[in-house]
Amino acid sequence: MSLENILLFKLYVITMPIMFLIGIYAIMTTKNIIATIIGIEIMTKGVTLLLAACGYFNGRPEMAQSFIIIMIVVEVVILTISAGLIFNIVKKHDSLDTRNIRNLKG
Amino acid sequence: MDSIYVHIILLSLIILFAIFAVSYARVIRGAILLGVVSMLVSISLFLLSSPLAGIFELSVCSGLITVIFVSVISLTIPPDDKQRKMNAISMVKKMTLLFLLVLVCGFSLYVLDSKNITFIPLMQNVQESIDTRDNIWNLRHVDLIGQALILLTGIFAVVVLFKKDTNKDKK
Repeated sequence: MSLENILLFKLYVITMPIMFLIGIYAIMTTKNIIATIIGIEIMTKGVTLLLAACGYFNGRPEMAQSFIIIMIVVEVVILTISAGLIFNIVKKHDSLDTRNIRNLKG
Repeated sequence: MDSIYVHIILLSLIILFAIFAVSYARVIRGAILLGVVSMLVSISLFLLSSPLAGIFELSVCSGLITVIFVSVISLTIPPDDKQRKMNAISMVKKMTLLFLLVLVCGFSLYVLDSKNITFIPLMQNVQESIDTRDNIWNLRHVDLIGQALILLTGIFAVVVLFKKDTNKDKK
């Protein structure tokens, strides 16, 4: 593996925890449920990048691609379910505040 | 292999737009910027020889997810300035959290960097790999069953969550 490739791989390895950090920060510093989901999405983007980089530098990008496609499907399902939950929360509480859903009393 | 500078610029832009997406108080801007992040990630995927994943990322994450986000935001009531002020977390708490997270991230990067990455084989030494479509349909077909189940779960959840409350209507 050439020096340039190692450098590039390290760059992708460094980017992933930074993206994860941004996502965690977004989740921990907001009380808005939509902003929380945006944070989760950013975290998954970091994972997608790392998967693609690992596949490329291992010489098996097709394997990484199949994993990324599965991850995207899961991502969409999570978002759709969250959208349904948000609608119900707004219908019940008239607000997007996550503190309203702390007690699961129905 | 493209120039390393292209990757550096792309990754910097991804991080920059991700920071913008989480720092805006209005979530609609955050959702649109998330779409931009997805678009840049898909360009990265194209550069990393993953065109199929890139197309998926561009059409689904950058297109569909942004549309879902914007529709959800437009269908809900946005918080007014008073509520926004009430919900705001103190700057000291935010900065302390950021400092702690940066510390943890820096330590993990130091540990990662101290290890020599030599386990990645040379690209020309790798055996001839099969096509992505063959990989998905033949090698990892069990994953497809899992995907179908996840999609069915999503459909079932949406049906349950968007169900009309008949008891409420009777009242």
